[in-house]
This record gives sequence, structure tokens and C-alpha cells, in this order.
Amino acid sequence: MSDTKNTAAVATARGSMRARIEQLLAFGGLIVIVAFFSIANENFRTFSNFTAILFSTVVIGLLALGTTFVIITGGIDLSIGTGMTLCAVMSGVLIINWDLPLGLGLVLTVLFGGLIGFVNGFNVAVLKLPPFIATLAMMLVAQGLALVLSNSVPIYFNALPEFSRISTGELIPKVPNAVLVLAAAAVVAAVLLNRTLFGRYTFAIGSNEEATELSGVNVRRWKLLIYTVAGLFTGLAGIMISARLGSAQPATGMGYELQAIAAVVIGGTSLVGGKGSIIGTVIGALIISVINNGLRIMSIPQEWQNVILGAVILAAVYADMARKRSGSST
Amino acid sequence: MGNRGTTVDAALLEVRGVSKSFPGVKALQDMHLELRHGEVLALVGENGAGKSTLMKLLSGIYTPEEGEFSMNGSPVVVQNPRHAQALGISIIHQEFNLMPDLTVTQNIFIGREPRVGGVFLNDRALHRRAQELLDRLELPLDPTARVGSLTVARQQMVEIAKALSYDPQVLIMDEPTAALNDAEVAVLHGLIRRFVNPSTGVIYISHRMDELKAISHRIEVIRDGRYIDTLDTATTSMPEVISLMVGRDLVSDARPENVRTDRPVLLSVVGLHTKNLLKDITFELREGEILGFAGLMGAGRTEVGRALVGADPLTAGSISLRGEPISVRNPAAAAALRIGYLSEDRKHFGLLLNQTVSSNIALSSLSTLFARFGFVKDRLIKARSREMVDRLRVKTPSINQTTKNLSGGNQQKVVIAKWLLKDCDILIFDEPTRGIDVGAKEEIYRLLNELAAQGKSIVMISSELPEVLRMSHRVVVMSEGRITGLLESGEATQESVMHLATLRPGDGSGRQSAPSESAGEQHPHSRTPNHRAPGDASDTDPKGHA
Repeated sequence: MSDTKNTAAVATARGSMRARIEQLLAFGGLIVIVAFFSIANENFRTFSNFTAILFSTVVIGLLALGTTFVIITGGIDLSIGTGMTLCAVMSGVLIINWDLPLGLGLVLTVLFGGLIGFVNGFNVAVLKLPPFIATLAMMLVAQGLALVLSNSVPIYFNALPEFSRISTGELIPKVPNAVLVLAAAAVVAAVLLNRTLFGRYTFAIGSNEEATELSGVNVRRWKLLIYTVAGLFTGLAGIMISARLGSAQPATGMGYELQAIAAVVIGGTSLVGGKGSIIGTVIGALIISVINNGLRIMSIPQEWQNVILGAVILAAVYADMARKRSGSST
Repeated sequence: MGNRGTTVDAALLEVRGVSKSFPGVKALQDMHLELRHGEVLALVGENGAGKSTLMKLLSGIYTPEEGEFSMNGSPVVVQNPRHAQALGISIIHQEFNLMPDLTVTQNIFIGREPRVGGVFLNDRALHRRAQELLDRLELPLDPTARVGSLTVARQQMVEIAKALSYDPQVLIMDEPTAALNDAEVAVLHGLIRRFVNPSTGVIYISHRMDELKAISHRIEVIRDGRYIDTLDTATTSMPEVISLMVGRDLVSDARPENVRTDRPVLLSVVGLHTKNLLKDITFELREGEILGFAGLMGAGRTEVGRALVGADPLTAGSISLRGEPISVRNPAAAAALRIGYLSEDRKHFGLLLNQTVSSNIALSSLSTLFARFGFVKDRLIKARSREMVDRLRVKTPSINQTTKNLSGGNQQKVVIAKWLLKDCDILIFDEPTRGIDVGAKEEIYRLLNELAAQGKSIVMISSELPEVLRMSHRVVVMSEGRITGLLESGEATQESVMHLATLRPGDGSGRQSAPSESAGEQHPHSRTPNHRAPGDASDTDPKGHA
């Protein structure tokens, strides 16, 4: 009897150790990279540069947070990059062109992001289209609509300095508001994923969709909701990017989705589904920002930044798989 | 090839003193096995006894720490599965290694396709060779058929054809009949008998005791990674084998408990049709009853289960619960009505394999028992999961264990725990003991009886006749998508069930009277439960249901 108790205790201890080590891998990677750049370049290791890194993480980070849920279900969302741009344009249309009150405009923009996600969810959960195809189509639709709605010209928020303050204002001295927004969004996402039905079903669907369905879970409805929530994060990212730039730029956005997916994957979330974490995604997004920032400070050309980022993705996923292999041979 | 293995005195294959351990577990210790020329050697043992480990050693996936193998008297070291094949050892694993999108031919010859000019494949020649092979083995397979479109039994045949295409001396089959019905088992056994000759031998691993009697010459029993004994099949009784396997005696002639016919009807199904298979399915499920569903593979039993919980759409028919008509659009609606379906395929349709025991147990009840305002009550989940694990005696180091690390029997208990927590009134068990060892089977049976005694209604779909006869209060027999008979527990015998299971329904209106008469002659109490025919209902249901 006491024997089983003991093994149980050992197994639990090992389980939490495993979880901790799992976090450490991405976190350890981040520490190593920060240490490397700090030693290599003194301009890197300044407070203002660290806040700059955080500031530049915001948009990719928000997109990555939302898409973490989708990826844990075993799906993918390629529409978040241009979807974000469409939301940015939407905010311009609502707030500048239609002259709606700022607060209302912001809420509607986020809801519009939710609508994009809802359409993705409908295509995936109800029409049963493969997520890759459904969101690839949405990526193109959003890109086109952003250009149509804006007549292919940027919408400027110059008349509305409060708008820019959402991103660049400093409620806490020396910390841009955008960083607070990202932090708050990460907390909300973590609570959603770890403490709610929504999160449990996200993992369950990613682990085994058929079994989840047969367990009496309305998988269709929850998937619809998961894609919609991912869309809300896209809407928020749209606001943050136009607030940072002071304008809605309709021709950008393509490529952000891949950076966001990279952040999620570096953070240890499995593209097969059923496994992932918000803290991992945040660390993944930070790793990308640190690498981009550090290489820029060391005057390494932009082209090489992507080469190195690609190598980091390979290393991160390989390390993840290697650890899993050594773990499962028992 | 012909003069291989003519050495008579040495065994065809011998395993001497082989040990293998994994971190924390001694999987095999001083294992022995001797396969003689021209024999079928059955290898039996409970799940976890070490059968799979031994197979993996013989196929070169693992290497032994101690001991040695020899074939025809000369020692061999198996380096990898390909090498095993070259040595003349072919293994058919329990889980098929087939590519569903390729044809039968492509699957048989995968990795050794003859090429034209080193690059191009010669499909016609390949199909011809496959046809020759299939003819020689007397297998009724179309070499151009896509494997994914075949039934499980036929996929099994493809595996066998593939294994035999290497002209092995030693054929090892791991649970070859787990997914087969009795008629298909007979076909398989015919194949094995034709394969065995003075220079070959078969190692046959199975949980099904009745088959060992039919096919094997000797039976080797292993338990807890150790060799126990080898017995001559002809002079050994199966209870003897089972008691050696489990290390204790088992009652084998148990009959259903608590059979009563006066209970109220809980679920009533009338005239169910589905697009592909089911036709005019009509039956009643009483409170506290275990209603067995018997039939051959593909008769539509699983489809009935899936239709009842809304996993497959109906094209006609009605279901009522406690007299009220219900519409079950999806499994979520069924769960809300407290109807649960436990799939025959635990891994694909039952469990979240990479999630913990407690996550699995809580899954069906998350929204009703374990959530407030959308937030999950983790402490309550842990407490209730622990209760269920204790109550069902799930052998797991902790409720945080990942379910894929549990044995088949314990995985099944986790699935059952999930539905017990949901407090279902109707549980549909599809092959509740498939792939589960003898000891764990007994526990599942005990649990089913307990549930029925508590007033739960159970539909038990099973391909194992002894299980059906032992557990069912009444038996519904299906054939080709229709119900061909309903037997009370007293009148259900292997013969009466098999007779109904092999009836060919669906010959138009002519059969309405004729087959039921012929069934009546041989089995006075069997009835065709065609309640829809006017005036027929009173005749077919003389006992009534209170």
C-alpha cells in the first residue's frame, strides 16, 4: 500500500519536475541569448533597449497568444497577419472616417477581429474545411479587403493623439502602455487556457477530437468559439499596430502570421495539438524580438536576421523532440 | 529454399535464458521458449506478462541483455526487423502496419518493388505476383483494392499475405484474432494449418482461450516476465491454463446475474434506419438490464451504438426515453440525456491518450460538475478522480499519470470512470473487454453486473460469444444491418446465437414469415422482433413488459 503511495508521490514529483524543465528549455534559451548579446554589445544591455525589446514584442506577442489556442486544438491560423491589417484599417475607418467615439471604435475593432475569427471557425468547425485552407483563403480575403476599404492609402490618426497614446503613452513611467496591454492580454490568455472550460476543451480537442466529441462535448461549438477568441486577439493586435505607427497601413501584415506561429512553436506548443502553454508563447515571442533587436544593434543585415531566426526555430523544435524521445523510452 | 531447416533434432527456434529490463522494470527474466518443427505453439500470458517484449526481441527491435536465440541449433543474433525477415522470422503485430491509401499489392511488396530500368515500377507484373501469392494462400482478396476500403478481417489477411510473401520459417502472430469474428477466425486457422509443414512453425499469441484448443499443439504460459510452463494442448484444460496465467483459479461457467423480465422499459427504439447499413432496428432496453448485441463483424452493432448517441445521422425511425420521444442530434445531446457510448476503439474514440487520468475522467462532466462561471474547479476534479480510481481499482501510480502509459484494462476503467461520473442511466459498451487480459476482464464483468444491479441500463456489444452468454439478460442478434432475433437469457446458446447471426435478412417481403418459421423450428423461443408489422407485435412479445 505504502509502496503505491510512494511511487505515486515520485511520479507526481517527476511530473512537475518535467513541467518545470519544459519551461526552462525555452526560458533557458532566452537567458542564453540575452546573455550573449549583453556580452557582445554594450548598447544592448541598457534599460531603454530592454523596454524597446518589450515594445517590439507587442504585436507579434498578441497574435501569438490568440493563435496558441488554435494551434493547441491541432489547427492553424494563417489569416492573423493580414487579419490584423484589416482590423487596423477598420479602426481607421471607424474612428477617423466615420468619426465614432474612440472607445466605441476600439471595441468595434476588436469585435470585428472576432468576426474574422468566427468566419474561420465556421469554415473549420461547421463546413469541416482543413484549417490550413480555410485560413489561407481568409488571409487573402483580409489582405484584399484591407486595400479595398482604405482605397490602398494609409489612414492617419494625426488628428487624434489619444489614439497613439494607447501604445506609446506611459501610465507607468518609462514603460510604454503597449507593454502593459501585452502583459494583461497574456494574463487573460493564461487564465483562459489553464483555469476555464474553454481551455480544457481546447486541450481535449487537440488531444483527440473524436473522443472529445463522443464524451459529450459539443466540439463544433467550442471550435467556433476558439477561432473567434483568436480573432479577438487579432483585433487587439490591429489596434496596437496602428496606434504604434499612428496610421493604418493597408499594405502590410503578410508575414506576421509566420512570425507569430514561430513564437508559438519556439514556446513548445505542438503543431500536432494537445500540448502548449501561454508562458511558452510569451517566451517564444520574446526570443524572436531579442534576436531581431540584438542582431540589429550588432549591425547585422536584416537578411541574416531571418536566416538566424530560421535556425533558432529548427533548434527549438529539435530540442523539444529530442527531450520527448528520451522521456518516452522508459 | 526447400532444404532449409531439415535438421530434425534441434528446435526450429529456441530462446534460452533471455533477460531484458527497462529503467525500473524487469520486463523479461530468464525466458525460455522452444518452437518445434511443424507445430503451432501458443504463447499466453496476461497483459504485461512480457509477450510483446519477447516479440520485439525476436524481431530485433530490442537486444537482449542476457541469453541467446538459436534457429535449427545454430545461434542467431537478430539485428533489426529486416534482418529477422532475412533469417526467416516474420512477425504480424497486433497493430497493423499497413498503408490504407495504397493497394493490396503495394502493401505486400512495399520496399522491394521490382523496378524497370532502376526507376519505374512495373505495376502489372506486381499485381500478377500478388495474385499468385493470394491464390496460393487461398485468400479472397483483390490485389488492386485499396487497403483502407477493406474490412478489418481483410486487412488482417493482407498482413498475413505480406508476412508469408517472405517465405518465413517462423511465423509469429500477436493477437491475430482480436478483431475477427468466429467465421473469420476459422479462415485464419485454415491458413495457419496450410502454412505449417515439417520445416516451419508458428508462435500464436492470443487472449482467446477457445482458439488455443482449436489451433495449437502446445501452450507456453508466461507470467510477470518469467517462463511458467509449457503444456500439451490435447491433455490440458483451459481453466488449467488460465489459472497458470493469473496464478489463481477462475470460475468459467458464470451466468448472468439478476435477470428479471418485469422491469419497466427505459429506452425504446423503433424502425431505425441509417444511410449506409442499419435497417428497421427495433428493440427495447429495460431498466437495470444488460442487453447483449451479438453478430458477426459488420453486422451493424457498433452502428446501432453510434446511432443511439447521435454520432451517425438517422434517416428514419424514432427513439423514446421513458416513453418520451427524444431527438439525439449529437453525442453532446446524448450525454445531456445521460446516454453514454464507450467505443470499441479506446485509443481513437475513447481516450485523450496524452492527457492525465484525471483529465480523462473529468472530461464528460466538466461543464456540469466541475465548472462555475466557466472556471474549472481543479481541486474537486482531483478529489473525484481519486475516488473513481479507488472505486474501480484503476492501477495507476497517480491520477496525474498520462493515460497512454496504462495497460489496456486500466485504460478501459478510466473510460468507464468518465461515464460513471457523468451518472449515465444508459451505457453502451462496445466490446468492453477487447484487448484486455483475463484478470481485468473479470473485473469489468463484475462492474457491469454492479451497474445493472444499481438500475443502470447497459447495452453490451460483443464479438465474444462466451461473454455475450455470460453477461446478457437478453441477447439481440444482428446480421447485415438488421435484427434477426431476440433471445432471452435462458434460450441463448452458442448455437442459437450463431444461427441468427448467420441468417441472411433483407430478401424482400418473402422473408417476413419464412425465416422466422425456420428459426422457430430450430430454436423454439427465438423471435424476429419486427414490431412494426401490424398484428405481429402481440405475437412476438408475449411476455410484455409490465
